[in-house]
Amino acid sequence: MALNSRRDAPEPPDFSLLKRLARDQLIYLLEQLPGKKDLFIEADLMSPLDRIANVSTLKQHEVDKLYKLENKPIVSTCDQLCFLIRPRIHSVKWIADIVNTDKAAGRFRRYKIIFSPQKFYACETILEEQGIYGDVSCDKWEFYLLPLDDDIISLELPEFFRDYFLEGDQRWVSTAGKALHLLHSVYGPFSKVYGIGRCAKMTYEMWRELVEDGEQKPRQPEVGNVFLIDRDVDFVTSLCSQVVYEGLVDDIFRIKCGDVEFGPEVTSSDKSLKVMLNSSDKVFNEIRNEHFSNVFGFLSQKAKSLQTAYDKRRGMDIQQMKTFVSQELKGLKQEHRLLSLHISACESIMKKKTKQDFQELLKTEHCLLEGFNIRESISYIEEHINRQVSLTESLRLLCLLSLTENGLIPKDYRSLKAQYLQSYGTEHLLTFANLRKLGLLVEQQPGDTIIAMENKVGKLVTDKAVGKLTDAFNSLAKKSNFRALSKKLALIPKVDGEYDLCTPPDMAYIFSGAYMPLSCKLVEQVLDRGWTGLEEVTRLLNGNEFSVTAGGSGGEVKTKHDSQRLVFVMFLGGCTFSEISALRFLGRERGYKFIIVTTAITNSARLLESVLGSRV
Amino acid sequence: MLRNKPDEDDYWNNSKFKAFTFDDDDEFSQLKESKRAVNSIFVTDDDDDDEDDDDGVEKVSWSGEPVGSISWSIKETASTHRTTGEGRDYGFPKIETTAQIPSLPKQGSSYSLSSLFKGRSKLGNFQVLSDSTNDPSLRSFAPELRKPKSEYKDYISDWSPEDTVRRMQKGKPYSLESFRSLKDKLLLLDEAVQIHDGNVITAVLIFLKKSLSKEILFRELVSRQMALQHFIHFLKEAGEQKLLLELFKTLGRTEDMALLQYSEHLNIKDEVQRKDFLKGCISLPFSVDDASHVQDHYTLLERQIIVEVNDKHLEKAGQTEIFKKYPRKASILNMPIITTLYYSCFYHYGESEGTYSSPANIKKTFKISDKQYLLAALGARAKLKAWKDMDTLFTTKNWLGYTKKKTPIGFHRVADILHKNNAPVQVLQEYVSLVDDTDLKLNLASKYKCHDVIIDTYKDMKDRHQLMVYRCKVDRSSPEERKIDDILSNTVSFHMVMLTYDALLPSLVHRRLCNAILMHNVTGFICHKKNLFRK
Repeated sequence: MALNSRRDAPEPPDFSLLKRLARDQLIYLLEQLPGKKDLFIEADLMSPLDRIANVSTLKQHEVDKLYKLENKPIVSTCDQLCFLIRPRIHSVKWIADIVNTDKAAGRFRRYKIIFSPQKFYACETILEEQGIYGDVSCDKWEFYLLPLDDDIISLELPEFFRDYFLEGDQRWVSTAGKALHLLHSVYGPFSKVYGIGRCAKMTYEMWRELVEDGEQKPRQPEVGNVFLIDRDVDFVTSLCSQVVYEGLVDDIFRIKCGDVEFGPEVTSSDKSLKVMLNSSDKVFNEIRNEHFSNVFGFLSQKAKSLQTAYDKRRGMDIQQMKTFVSQELKGLKQEHRLLSLHISACESIMKKKTKQDFQELLKTEHCLLEGFNIRESISYIEEHINRQVSLTESLRLLCLLSLTENGLIPKDYRSLKAQYLQSYGTEHLLTFANLRKLGLLVEQQPGDTIIAMENKVGKLVTDKAVGKLTDAFNSLAKKSNFRALSKKLALIPKVDGEYDLCTPPDMAYIFSGAYMPLSCKLVEQVLDRGWTGLEEVTRLLNGNEFSVTAGGSGGEVKTKHDSQRLVFVMFLGGCTFSEISALRFLGRERGYKFIIVTTAITNSARLLESVLGSRV
Repeated sequence: MLRNKPDEDDYWNNSKFKAFTFDDDDEFSQLKESKRAVNSIFVTDDDDDDEDDDDGVEKVSWSGEPVGSISWSIKETASTHRTTGEGRDYGFPKIETTAQIPSLPKQGSSYSLSSLFKGRSKLGNFQVLSDSTNDPSLRSFAPELRKPKSEYKDYISDWSPEDTVRRMQKGKPYSLESFRSLKDKLLLLDEAVQIHDGNVITAVLIFLKKSLSKEILFRELVSRQMALQHFIHFLKEAGEQKLLLELFKTLGRTEDMALLQYSEHLNIKDEVQRKDFLKGCISLPFSVDDASHVQDHYTLLERQIIVEVNDKHLEKAGQTEIFKKYPRKASILNMPIITTLYYSCFYHYGESEGTYSSPANIKKTFKISDKQYLLAALGARAKLKAWKDMDTLFTTKNWLGYTKKKTPIGFHRVADILHKNNAPVQVLQEYVSLVDDTDLKLNLASKYKCHDVIIDTYKDMKDRHQLMVYRCKVDRSSPEERKIDDILSNTVSFHMVMLTYDALLPSLVHRRLCNAILMHNVTGFICHKKNLFRK
């Protein structure tokens, strides 16, 4: 097995430096407005802020009261107002209203807007238009990267996905470039950069220019490789139901900025509990990447060993007992608490999943991925819609159907869309328009049948002829080509008998052995041998792949340093916990250490909610 | 550490206004929180051994670099010299990122003259850029002024489009005043697109929007897709609907225009106004399918308004049994069609097709399929525990006048829905027994404890053994037990098995059942013998 080839993956560098830098800059900015001030914080920034500073930090720098930025008039008696916001037009408009209201009332205050992570001209234009440019000082808090865990760094920009992929707005591209530059400056220099996707290319360019402009001290790199990938290279993976523990917890309870809030059904008390989920939770750390079916077994084993540890007390003399209490008991108690928490979480997950006939749902998903029983799957989806089961769930299945089948045939598209609108509201025709624009849910065009045919004919005709045929149709809309990709990259594992979820043979375990995440498979293949040999694959993925080495031939060798086995994998548009688990698995198998850099942690629900047309 | 924060607690309590708390007041999370806080506070750094926050900050002399203190701290410790050879070592090649946009001929040369006239900017907006940058009071408002003076020498009044765009990208002062000819403006725009920075593209577009007539701007955007996307998004965010509609119209993107206009309805709170607005939307240039959906949307809201007024009245009057017994939880306004149907099945079941509120009318008006209708009706009637309505929902008469139970959703689903609504066993078993697949039927029956169905099924299958096994599962001296005993003592059925199980084999549903019969016919035989002797 792969065990033989397994090497010890290097340890990741310390990313807490990023937090400290962000905190220091924030403090500096707060000091730019000396004296007492009230601070208004955008809701999205609260959790990230919470990760790097706390109330006393703010208080030390003369923040008097804290408010959440809400779209309503403010009640503040303070003479200085500071706004910590994302660069969004509507937030700035709201601030402009406050300033103008004050002006009209003859009230004098000092105002400061701190944009994070950067300023946008469009926002400053609002200030200018509202006649308050100059009355309000603007600054930027370059808080690009938040380490969520030892191996996860997030830009915490969920809107990246909608802005770039749906609206075609490149405002965050430079943010991604700067974030990468920051990593390069602190943990680089990088020796190899791989990537796929249009945004990945642009991000690379942005970063390269920043590197050229700045100076880089020749230093020993900590992380040597980078892989950039656009979310739209692989939508399928992000839309699958997650069955790895951390992913499941995210799907069900929603992990927000590394925190999860367990409701009363988990805490078995009347209040909710906010828990931080990361590698410092020893119990969680051992089950986070496990397929859910293994988690129960693990937890019960853990419970037994915990019992044994507690039982050691019996027959101890006073001295031993003293040592036990002072050294072990605390740890045991902590473990105990964590254990019971995760057990309850599991129970709650089980209950919820049983209620929604999860098994049936997974079966349908797997059928879609493998291309079996498509008619049956369609009627399953139809029933899902008819019964008004969760709006995003139905949408998710429709998108999976479209992505895997290269679009819906017109008859199905029309009928399913009509039923969807009847079940969830006509305004969702805006959602359908968005999904079509994204290529997530499309109707097959007359020309598509030829492409569909081509996939079948492909077996018969020579590759060259197929290539020609495809080229002729490539000019049409963007294709998902899922089936062909799945075949080329062997994404559907062929197993005799049961897939071993306990000691999984490959990354497909994250989807119960039904499917290997395309995104992670690409990372694996490209790290092995670059893009060579993957020409057909990249063609199916609409190209835009690249692989560059620092200084052409000169810089690459540099001794086999650990840094060469440390890889930043940057997801532009978000990545899921399942993908992270898969990469961790791959890292263990191949002796790599992957550090996931993502614009945000996403999952199917978040991704789809962000593109709903019904939001105002 | 954080647990004892009397000052903070006081602080929150004293705060008159509603403010948020960072820390969940829960002990557990606070504990973790505090641990993390402690860790992050005492991060050791070689050149910053002072742990006091304020001092720590003072030491970082901010340079206003794009990446803030990070690049500063790295640079500061780095040896400042960099040989070109070393530079190349870390240099990365440029890659082509704009495949679809033909790269424009650089017209920088026409601007090269201006670079000869380097001078200080006299822009009013940037008065703070004067020599007074050492004034501490000013410095506090513009941190970038801490830059060395030498950097100011490139403030010149007219830069090339390329320089201007670069300066904008870096957040340095710039001026767009000199871009007055259309050619210059477009060069500027194309240059912004070249560097992929959406922020700069939008900034240039805002400038063009202010300085060009919209006809000209629109015309030029047609051939500039990337800029166009940014412009559309900007207009959306800025709420400039009108201009956006004009743009779509000019571009001939009629469907986008229709969708945009239709989306406006979401901002209208008053239902009558909303309805009127939707009426206006019907004639918009939607695709054929969407046009009928929008028509439906209008019709639906129109009827919902009528029904809402009526039902509100009925509910208030307190004369109608159903509203008294089940007060409405929410208004029906703006609910989806299926929800409306459910509502009408709940409150207006049995009304004649003539009324807007009747299920039949809704079904017909919105062309709801039998399957959808059935699911809604079943759900609503089950919720009301109106079990007698179930019969009529599924009973169909054929041409001979025989009645038969039929459903487009499968009786296992029916049973599932009934079960979820706590239907009594008598009702449940009627539908479980209609499930075609025997395995599924047995499965459901045992799940829902429909003993009769199980017993009857085994009886029909003539599976004596399973019956005997099941006998152990039912309560002693219960009617079920008696029923099983009755069947078991009926020797004829057993004889049938003995004589015909070979013949039965192919028709049996599941191989396992055959095995069961094969394995246990011996036991069955003995029982049979006993029965014979007893007699």
